[in-house]
Amino acid sequence: MNDERRFGADEQPCLSVRHLSKRFGAGCPHCQAPDVRLERNVCPVCGTVHAVRDASLDVYPAEIVGIVGESGSGKSSLMRCLYFDEQATAGDVRAQPYDGGRENLLSLSSQQKRLVRNTVLGMVYQNPYLGLRMDFSSLSNIAEQMIAAGERRVGTMRSRGEELLCRVSIPVSRMKDAPRLFSGGMQQRVQIAKALSNNPPILLLDEVTTGLDLSVQAAVLDLIQQIRRDFDVSMLVVSHDLGVIRMLADRTLVMLDGQVIESGLTDQILEDPQHAYTQQLVYSLL
Amino acid sequence: MQRRYNFAFFDEASKREIRRAILKGVSIPGYQVPFASREMPIGRGWGTGGLQITLSLIGRSDVLKVIDQGSDDSVNAVNIKKLVVDTTDVEVTDDVGAASIIQSRHRIPEQPLRTDQVLVLQVPTPEPLRSFEASEAKTRVLHAEADYTGAWLELFDQIVRYDATTTGADHPVLVNGRYVMAPSPIPRFDNLKLNQAEHLTLLGAGREKKIYAVPPHTDVKPLDFEDYPFAVEHFGEARCRLCGARDVYLDELVDEATGETYYQCNDTAYCAGRRKGGVHER
Repeated sequence: MNDERRFGADEQPCLSVRHLSKRFGAGCPHCQAPDVRLERNVCPVCGTVHAVRDASLDVYPAEIVGIVGESGSGKSSLMRCLYFDEQATAGDVRAQPYDGGRENLLSLSSQQKRLVRNTVLGMVYQNPYLGLRMDFSSLSNIAEQMIAAGERRVGTMRSRGEELLCRVSIPVSRMKDAPRLFSGGMQQRVQIAKALSNNPPILLLDEVTTGLDLSVQAAVLDLIQQIRRDFDVSMLVVSHDLGVIRMLADRTLVMLDGQVIESGLTDQILEDPQHAYTQQLVYSLL
Repeated sequence: MQRRYNFAFFDEASKREIRRAILKGVSIPGYQVPFASREMPIGRGWGTGGLQITLSLIGRSDVLKVIDQGSDDSVNAVNIKKLVVDTTDVEVTDDVGAASIIQSRHRIPEQPLRTDQVLVLQVPTPEPLRSFEASEAKTRVLHAEADYTGAWLELFDQIVRYDATTTGADHPVLVNGRYVMAPSPIPRFDNLKLNQAEHLTLLGAGREKKIYAVPPHTDVKPLDFEDYPFAVEHFGEARCRLCGARDVYLDELVDEATGETYYQCNDTAYCAGRRKGGVHER
């Protein structure tokens, strides 16, 4: 698919990732050679794990891009690198809303990275324990990024928090409660509200519906679509659930052993998969 | 004096190491300097941090005052004084004005200190971000990057839950516009006494092995929100039943026989001084 034709030449990607790699281990001449064959994502010579290999992608304004792949394919590692939870080994990441895409985010100072995290990106983790402070009230969880971005008025943060928690259907009577006391689905919704606190132009969603029951899943997916529609947020959605990807994503990337092996329109990937692994993935859909 | 020990208990090399940590602390106001906390003849957590600072500073001509929660005569204060006197023979006093070194647990004396006096505070938890982030390695990074979201978030959480900050003591302060510091568990009432003070304040945490300092004439600002400004404890119309003082930090006490509530100066030396001087109004 020619992106330029689809989006018009004047439209810039909101988030642009080029040649992102993350490896655990020093690497050796063998596994750093181009077109090397590894044992899955492990170098047979030096044992280095190549969690993400040379991944490139673009997310356009208000677009949802899905990433599918099996466990261990590097989806979450890619997300964690984009959110600076992990330091990427190599690559180039640019965000239009931060500085017009001038600087590689991966080479920013840690203060600047924190600014990007607090103002440009929102992250929702698969495990709410990673994304929430379980013993702080839900409102405080939402206020955290606003405080980090310099807000010093309790009233403003409280009303913003209440607005967002209403938005994700957390009842007013529970807003002072700690997420520790909530069900998994509620925790996930608090996480989404938290990720939205500073109106980030880019949301990173890592397996947001995994482990939720079907009706809660539907509510969360519905919420994500509303958010996209109402706030024009660009999203990168990681899931191993093709149903979620089919419902949310405009375009989809398929990852295997740390590499992007296929990408295109979601319908095209799901209806006419090209790569053998994608075919297997699609046909194993129950 | 017990001759079995060197003057002031420590050997001179130990004192020098502690003084070096103090100097670094004074040079970087509010920054927690790690130091090799010594084994002391009192348990860690009972004022060993303050005691090590006092012992490393004290000279033969010094006059020492030690207070514990405002009192010169409580067990902790008496024991610390005994140890210092046994190993130095310095003079001790209850009178703030007469002391050159004042070691204190959880209070700053009501009477303002002078530029030639040193206040030594005993600190149980020197890290203001500890309850937010358990890892020392991570809190050091947060300090280095001046990311104090955690300290603000704690206060915000208290406001959300109780509509007020509930820091009874140890309300975090921003020192010299840079480091957020735990002022030791002094009441909020005493926080303001640290701001642009005449005297040097040294804080020592023996168990946590940290020393930090507020030099004279340094800005010390309690953290607060624009719409929830920092406020000290207030006692309404209450007065000390002994000396009649107002505008001081009062203890609320209950007479168990009659069930009557009464107030008394927390700073016993200040109260005694007022009564001796025959002053009953402030």
